[in-house]
Amino acid sequence: MIELQNVCRTFTVGDQQVAALRDINLRLDASEYISIMGPSGSGKSTLLNLLGLLDRPSSGTYLLDDGNVTDLSDEQQARVRREKIGFVFQSFHLVPRLTAAQNVELPMILAGIPAEERKSRVEVLMQNYGLSARADHRPDQLSGGQRQRVAIARATVMKPSVLLADEPTGNLDRHTGWEVLQLLEGLMERGITLVVVTHDAEIGARAKRQIHMLDGRILSDEREAPNKVPLPQAGEGLG
Amino acid sequence: MYFRDFLTLTTSSFLTSRMRSFLTGLGIAIGVAAVILLTSIGEGLHQFMLSEFSQFGTNIISVQPGKTQVQGGNVGIFGSVRPLTLEDADALRRLPYVEHVIPGLMGNAEVRANGRTRRTMVLGEGRDFGIAFTMKVKSGSFWTDADDEQARAQVVIGIKIEQELFGGMNPLGQYLRVGGQRYRVIGVMESKGQILGMDMDDTVFIPAARAMELFNRPGLMEVNVSYRADVDADTIIRLIKERMIERHGREDFTVISQEQALEVLSSVLDIITFAVGALGGISLLVGAVGILTIMTMAVTERTAEIGLLRALGAQEKQVLMLFLGEAIILSALGGVMGLLIGIGIAQGLHLLFPALPVHTPWLYAVLAELTAITIGLAAGVAPAMRAARLDPVEALHAE
Repeated sequence: MIELQNVCRTFTVGDQQVAALRDINLRLDASEYISIMGPSGSGKSTLLNLLGLLDRPSSGTYLLDDGNVTDLSDEQQARVRREKIGFVFQSFHLVPRLTAAQNVELPMILAGIPAEERKSRVEVLMQNYGLSARADHRPDQLSGGQRQRVAIARATVMKPSVLLADEPTGNLDRHTGWEVLQLLEGLMERGITLVVVTHDAEIGARAKRQIHMLDGRILSDEREAPNKVPLPQAGEGLG
Repeated sequence: MYFRDFLTLTTSSFLTSRMRSFLTGLGIAIGVAAVILLTSIGEGLHQFMLSEFSQFGTNIISVQPGKTQVQGGNVGIFGSVRPLTLEDADALRRLPYVEHVIPGLMGNAEVRANGRTRRTMVLGEGRDFGIAFTMKVKSGSFWTDADDEQARAQVVIGIKIEQELFGGMNPLGQYLRVGGQRYRVIGVMESKGQILGMDMDDTVFIPAARAMELFNRPGLMEVNVSYRADVDADTIIRLIKERMIERHGREDFTVISQEQALEVLSSVLDIITFAVGALGGISLLVGAVGILTIMTMAVTERTAEIGLLRALGAQEKQVLMLFLGEAIILSALGGVMGLLIGIGIAQGLHLLFPALPVHTPWLYAVLAELTAITIGLAAGVAPAMRAARLDPVEALHAE
């Protein structure tokens, strides 16, 4: 569960104060599927960075699983990030010199999990995501969809409670994008809170809860029965 | 993070750009190789010099006329230095712990036998010369006459004199003219070779008293005193000084112990070795700049990766250690490469020029490797700190 109370974030550009987020109050429950939409500069990325503890609010409070994580030290922040938060990026951010399996292993290496456990966890994930045959390939030998699946495997290998996806389909063709989205949506069944930042209305519309942002404020926060666009069958929609 | 994983991560990054890492390591390697090569030669010379000096035995003290600075110079009216005499030598011979006393002086003279003439070094020595200086006679023996004016005209010759003047004949019992005086040959020395530029084989040895007469000198150039090995050199020096001051009335002589001379020589040679080592160290500095450059580039190139690591839960400390580790491993490997190159070249030189003494001091090898590691650490700190302090959000968006 995530709660933001009166969160502001201002940046200093030159000698000017620019407010990226103004007085945000937000509560996200476990297993929720939230999309955050808005034009560029609306503050959605800043919000995502704050939620991911990559950035700190200028004022306000951030509660994560009932713990106050607003003013943690770097070390504590890093621990929360690796234990509770998973990231999926538009540009995948795989380490080019590591194999797919090693990329998935990376968060566990940083966390100091023993090698045997890492190995079995990576194997299970790679199998679940249909990447077993590609485990020893480097990112440049993988297709875009495979890369993003590796990235999702990496984001979930530590069993986080929140998954933050920043334009996860932005670098993928439509069909692969749908596949990746489906994979992400499947994660909610395991109690993960899924936050997808996108400017693609069609993708945003798939979420049960849709937040629109403008100028650092939450414009609308709608909960609705998802009007799911039926996923195209394989081979269709590729046009 | 486990140490093994740490190693895998750091090595993976420079294994991907092998050529670049190799060249960077090479900078350190050349520095270490230079240090090792130069100190190997320095240390080889050191050991060579010491063995040259100590082959006469180390428990020898030399007494020379005059205080150190005035030796050989014009003494003038004030510095009336009393010459060292055979009587002084006799007096020293009666001191406790003293084994042999050898009065000595040297000069050049023409020697002649069998109608052949040769200009050669003449050493006036005492009868115990051979024993005290561990020099053996090949045939015959040293004279047994006491070291005084009554010593007979007997000569022991070096092996080169035997070959040149007697050419195959047995010289024992033959006569040899030294500076016009007739000497009977009673011994031939074993070959000793050159010692500090003096060819000991191209030398004749005659009793000191006769040499003083030959060169028309009032006194000896030195009196060498050998003493029992179990006695402290300082004790002997004190006894010698007391006895000599008793005889001369004041300290108008210089006492030099072989041991002390070797210590001084050794420390001088140590400084030389250190100095050439430091010269090689300068090239290590150049290697350090290489590491600094490559690590700075690595941080810039891998900014997005640093952002990712932070997003995956890496602490600032972990990022710092990863980059620092990379710099250290890079320079440590360069150091090992340098050790191999340096020792290889040193040994290769030794094989090519056997006369060149080469010895790799292990202390310097270890020091050079430690220096390489320290350099990696020092050069890696700034880039690693920069990597650790990157703002994760900005780093993630760097492409």
